[in-house]
Amino acid sequence: MKLAAILSALLAALFLGSLLTGWAAATPAAALRALIADDGTPLSVVMQDIRLPRAILAAMVGASLGLAGAALQGYLRNPLAEPGLIGVSGSAALGAVIAIQTGLSLAFPLALPLAALAGAVAAVLLILMLAGPRGGSITLILAGIAISALAGALTSLVLNLSPNPFAAADIVFWMMGSLADRSFLHVWLALPFMAFGWVLLAATGRGLDALTLGEDAARAMGIDLSRLRLMLVLGTASAVGAATAVAGAIGFVGLVVPHLLRPFVGARPSRLLWASALGGAAMVLAADIAVRQVLPERDLKLGVLMALVGAPLFLHLIYKTRREMA
Amino acid sequence: MRTSRFISLLAALALAGAAAAGTPQRVVSVNLCTDQLALMLAAPGQLISVSRLAHDADSSALVDQARALPTNGSRAEEVYLLAPDLVLAGTFTDPATVAMLRDLGIRVELFEPARSLADVPANLDRMGRLLGRGAQAAEMIAAFERDLAALTVDLEPRPRAALYYVNSYTAGDRSLAGDILRVAGFDNVAAETGLDWGGVLPLEQLVMLAPDVIIEGRDYPGQARAEDNLTHPALAALTHTRKAGSLTDRDWICGTPQVLHAIGAMRDLRLSLEPAR
Repeated sequence: MKLAAILSALLAALFLGSLLTGWAAATPAAALRALIADDGTPLSVVMQDIRLPRAILAAMVGASLGLAGAALQGYLRNPLAEPGLIGVSGSAALGAVIAIQTGLSLAFPLALPLAALAGAVAAVLLILMLAGPRGGSITLILAGIAISALAGALTSLVLNLSPNPFAAADIVFWMMGSLADRSFLHVWLALPFMAFGWVLLAATGRGLDALTLGEDAARAMGIDLSRLRLMLVLGTASAVGAATAVAGAIGFVGLVVPHLLRPFVGARPSRLLWASALGGAAMVLAADIAVRQVLPERDLKLGVLMALVGAPLFLHLIYKTRREMA
Repeated sequence: MRTSRFISLLAALALAGAAAAGTPQRVVSVNLCTDQLALMLAAPGQLISVSRLAHDADSSALVDQARALPTNGSRAEEVYLLAPDLVLAGTFTDPATVAMLRDLGIRVELFEPARSLADVPANLDRMGRLLGRGAQAAEMIAAFERDLAALTVDLEPRPRAALYYVNSYTAGDRSLAGDILRVAGFDNVAAETGLDWGGVLPLEQLVMLAPDVIIEGRDYPGQARAEDNLTHPALAALTHTRKAGSLTDRDWICGTPQVLHAIGAMRDLRLSLEPAR
């Protein structure tokens, strides 16, 4: 419970920090007053229509990625499983890009998260099929590389075929992710899908705990493994798909956060789930504050920052598991 | 059939060689802006091909005249096979293409993108001399300066306007678009932020500047996430700012007399703001 309190306090502080970070120079007091004032001044518009949705979205996206990472790692019993690395985010981005480029998302806004979800489902199923129930590191990483590469190539192809001269520049967004100038439209679009995913993933906790003892033991404890698998697939795809549809593919959150928090939860997957959701939200909020502090005029992509933190950790994890992989 | 085409090509090449010293007879333009200058000034038959964009009604101001001519894809190979004695290009044309054509012995003239309204008469004059149409160019320059003077708005106060393009780009005072705004009686808010050529104007900064008018860049065909900034709800929430719709891109990008259409539209916008003030 102490961990929950610490993470919640951190999350609240970073949420506030995110609200107070940005171009417009205003004292924190004035900014927070403008957040609730209904006066239509430029500062209120900035606070209510630009910064608030951005902070909310950062927390939602981070929670989704952290939770999905923890759940995948628990199910595959492999600390290298992460939505970005195994190609789920990339496939979700492909789905989103197809929805946008076909004009489907214009005619029917929900097509955007739905298509991202479809892409994510396909990737998760493919990964589980290729990596097997035990999720060996080599097959997992190789399958992830293949799916990521294919999804990335197809995303680039679709965007290069677009008649819009700016579509090709969007490749960076879809591969690296950004929360710049997102609005409440995106919050409302993603929230139902994310919430559905959170509920499903949170419900996998007992099953994941049992699974740490092995599949036979889990079955003996009355865990329906195929049902657990279905909840994991749908939950991950729904949460990660919605996050990617509005913010692009942000990697490494689901890798770094569970890794950092695992020692504090006694390595119990069920506790790691909620802790990673809170931690992921905090991490993406922190990264989104950083991108605005480092290069305020450029839309520095979140994925760049996350990769700078996450890739060395990923290498470290591979180094640690190299005996298993040899 | 094929042989005859080859022979006519050879003949054209020979002819091109003969005319190289005097007025060019086979002019090929590979840049949207030189397309338009040449379309206005070339003698009948002198211009033989325009760039592909010239046929795109959203980008090209002289699309009807341009459609009478075949297009080229601005690559060295196809341009060379047209046997031109003068190629008109922009300074942003791929340098490899320009170098290749020059190596092949073809005269290539480069035009800089216009950065102010003063570039319009300069461009007309240069194109007139290149094409041997100096008299026509002088007439057009006189007409342009007369019309420009007639359209210039000199009213106080000057409303603060923002040009807001895809990907949050804006144009500053030292740009053609900025000059168009100035002549039409607006102050450009980009100047308040220190952007004189132009650059990224973050949405948050645009909202804080709270300009009197926001003029948006055009909507390109197809979809791109990069265009989302133009429809962000924060722009609609700015109650004291007039959203003046999107500009007609084709009249804004080239230093040709077509900018008078853009100035005319901005002048109408400026005058429409008058009674309310």
